Amino acid sequence: MKHNLILRLIAKYLFPIIALFAFYVQFHGDYGPGGGFQAGVILSVGFIFYAMVFGLKTTQQAIPMGLLRVLASLGVLIYGGTGVVSILMGGNFLDYDLLSQDPVAGQHLGILLVEAGVGITVSSVMLMIFYAFAGRDMPVDGEGQEDGQEEKQ
Amino acid sequence: MIDTLIDITLMVFLAVTAFAIIRIRNLFVAIMLFSIFSLHSAGLFVVMDAADVAFTEAAVGAGISTVLMLITMALTRTEKEKQPVHHAPLPLIVVFITGAALAYGTYDIPAFGDPDSPAQVHVAPRYLEQSMDEVGVPNIVTAVLASYRGYDTFGEVTVIFTAGVGVLLLLSGRNNRHKCDRDASSGHLRGKSDEA
Repeated sequence: MKHNLILRLIAKYLFPIIALFAFYVQFHGDYGPGGGFQAGVILSVGFIFYAMVFGLKTTQQAIPMGLLRVLASLGVLIYGGTGVVSILMGGNFLDYDLLSQDPVAGQHLGILLVEAGVGITVSSVMLMIFYAFAGRDMPVDGEGQEDGQEEKQ
Repeated sequence: MIDTLIDITLMVFLAVTAFAIIRIRNLFVAIMLFSIFSLHSAGLFVVMDAADVAFTEAAVGAGISTVLMLITMALTRTEKEKQPVHHAPLPLIVVFITGAALAYGTYDIPAFGDPDSPAQVHVAPRYLEQSMDEVGVPNIVTAVLASYRGYDTFGEVTVIFTAGVGVLLLLSGRNNRHKCDRDASSGHLRGKSDEA
């Protein structure tokens, strides 16, 4: 889509808005609808949109596959780690009351951490799946791989 | 009144899209119709005050899965669905009987938003009454998902992570092997041309 000026221009201005909305959904999840899962999905949709207009290579320069693998695991680790920390503080698994002096403040901190973990894992896994699909530059039957590559560029 | 009108309009659109998906043989059109179907479902979820579900449906159903299906179509290079070789009456009958049984089953389901339905009288009153004191988060859905049912949500995140790992194992691994084959064959070719 190199020659599609209008689409490129709109994508350029729309991407920050999508990303901002994703972060709004992430951090406003305590007060409004949404949370980590929704925010992660919206953020990854923004990146997929960017990749569709500007190409997979440009997107992978900004967010390489290796980084996504680390982030996907990091999100699960943050979630599980919050649970383990609450065990170490003397409570049950994922018992946020003990994360802070005040139980309600502990709950807030726990939910923030847990939702951050969900958001990181969901957004990176969705983008990872998209990379895995879009990165296959040849048809399954193995024919015509040359023109398949040209279509991508 | 206006809510009912929107509901009926969206449901009609849903039904029309569903029939169009069944009838159409062009896969590209079918994928786009799937996307439209998801968008209509998202609209229905908004009408039912489930904005977070609508976010997910619009982003995953209308966005990501459409893109993934389009990529798959481009990779497999099939644009037309195969014509069915015969019209069997038996599956149609089975589907009709199952559908009728399901529709009959809905008469036992409590009405939408019924305060006396079993789902509302078990733990829901406690969440509604005490979550503000215990968790202090105004959005009760978040309080339930992240705190009261945090263990379940942990399981869901693990499922998503596992799904990502599975897709990577299936797709990236195969691609690398092809790349190796290609490298090997091109090296083989180069060797031949050197000899020549």
